[in-house]
Order: sequence, then C-alpha cells, then structure tokens
Amino acid sequence: MTVENQAGNTPDGGSWAAVLAAGIGCAAIGVLTDLSEASKSFSSALSFSRPVGDLSGKTTLGIVCWLLAWGFLHLRWRRRDLAAPGRIAALAIVFILVALIAVFPPFFELFSGD
Amino acid sequence: MLRNLPRSPRRGAAREIEEQVLMSLTFREFVTALHGLILGAGFLLAFTGGFAALWGYRSEWLTNDGAKAALRKTMLSTWTMATLAWATVLIGTYVLYPWYRAQPPGIMSSLQLQGYSRSYLLSNVRTAGWHQFGMEWKEHVAWLAPILATTVAFVVTRQRHQLLYNAHLRRVLLFLFAISFFCAAVAGFLGAFINKAAPLR
Repeated sequence: MTVENQAGNTPDGGSWAAVLAAGIGCAAIGVLTDLSEASKSFSSALSFSRPVGDLSGKTTLGIVCWLLAWGFLHLRWRRRDLAAPGRIAALAIVFILVALIAVFPPFFELFSGD
Repeated sequence: MLRNLPRSPRRGAAREIEEQVLMSLTFREFVTALHGLILGAGFLLAFTGGFAALWGYRSEWLTNDGAKAALRKTMLSTWTMATLAWATVLIGTYVLYPWYRAQPPGIMSSLQLQGYSRSYLLSNVRTAGWHQFGMEWKEHVAWLAPILATTVAFVVTRQRHQLLYNAHLRRVLLFLFAISFFCAAVAGFLGAFINKAAPLR
C-alpha cells in the first residue's frame, strides 16, 4: 500500500537552516573551549557565573551563536527549497566534527596557555 | 526463631534508626540522581524510541495510518529528548558543577577533601585523570547534545510530511540524533564514574 502525499509543500530551507545553525553552534562551543584554554584572560572574561567558571561563558556564547545563526539563516531560507542541500549537510557535519575534536581534552590541552 | 527472642530496647532503637536511614539521600545526592538517573535514563529511552521511529518513517514502509502513528511517536520522542537534554545540562552546569568545583577553605586532609570533589580528585595522582580528562570532556561535550536534539525535533516537526519521502534529510537527522546520543552517553558514562570516585555529598 502506498502512502498518499499529504505534503503542504513546506520549503525545506528552514530545516536546512536549523541543521547548519546546529553545526555552527556546536563549533562555536568548541572554538570557545580552545580559546579559553589558550588564554587565561579570555577564560576569566568568560566566567559569567563565578561558581560555574568559564564554562558558563563558553556555553552561553555558544548558544547565542547558535540562535543568532539559526535566526539569520531561517529568515534567509525559510521560503525556498535549497538547490544544494548536500553541501549544507556536509558543512554542518564538518562543523560538528570540528566541535567534537575541539572539546576533546587531549586536543584542547595542546593550546594550554600555562 | 530469631523474631521470638527478647530484644533489648537499645538494640531495638538502633535497628529502628538503621531502618530509618537506609534509604536516605542528602539534597546533593538527590539532585545528582535526578540529573544522572532520572533525566539521563529518560533521555536514553527517548533516544531509543525516537531513533527507531525516525528510522522507520519512510513512505515505502508505511500506510497512511502507520505514518500518522509513526509521526506522533517521532515528534513525542524527539521533543522529549530535547527537553530532557536541556534539563540535564542546565542542572548539571548550574546546580551540580558549582558543588563539584567548590574550593576547600584551606589545607585539608584527604578525608576532609571528600566534600570537595574536584580538589579531592586532583589531590591524588591516581584520581587526577578523572577530573583532567573525565570531567573536562564531560562538561563540554554534554552541551552539544541539546543543540542537536532540538534541531532534530524542530526539523521533524517542520518537515513532518516531506520527511516521509526525503531520504537525504532523514539520514542527516539520524546522524545528528546519533551524535546527540553519543555526546550524552559520553557525559553520562563519565559522570557515573566520577561520581563513584568522588561522590557529591
């Protein structure tokens, strides 16, 4: 039995915007982690909450990057189907892999500013 | 039989106290359990259901009624997973982590340091790795999970009909879902062992 297409034809641009923004947000957390490891002053500046330390700044700014990227891309792409979604997916996956490497302690300790 | 033997009032009182304290938890232990066992276990259950539902959400496998049921299941699982992921990282970062990294007031013995998990772990070369590798990885990688889970839930909701036919988008979502699970699993696994080495009390 086949399934009827009940699609309201929602353009897929908004979905790919969310996927790419997720990659950007994850990469932002990774980069901020490495930067705060490399610089004590940067790490201190990211201590938005004293009991939590620089983790509060890294994650807050990472989330802000994610939401800003999502909002910006969503406004641009929400009404259209993307011509090359494969490239967007590949880019998002690269960003996520960068994030996974960047938050791995043996990697970010390479930047240790001590 | 033992129960027929006369019992001294003192022994009886001690036993009563023992029975009263057998299942007690401090507030910190309760929050730790909420973070790791209740929210964490819920996340794993939601992942299992969501992944299976999303995997099977394809037009060639489903009838109309089947697709509707699968969509409901997928949306419920993905939003549950995203909500649990946010609750877990927020409680972990803003409630548990300050207790974990609290600084001891002065020089303390190893026994006294047990109330200061981070310092306790770092005080011994045999346990320092639990902080330097374990906690450092856990506290960062865990934050990727809610971002990815929220994205999956949003896309499933937005493209709920086209997703049946769009294999490419479905594969990307399954990848994000799996990475989200990986991040949460690493954090959960390390958290369980760190809490074993230096429990929050």
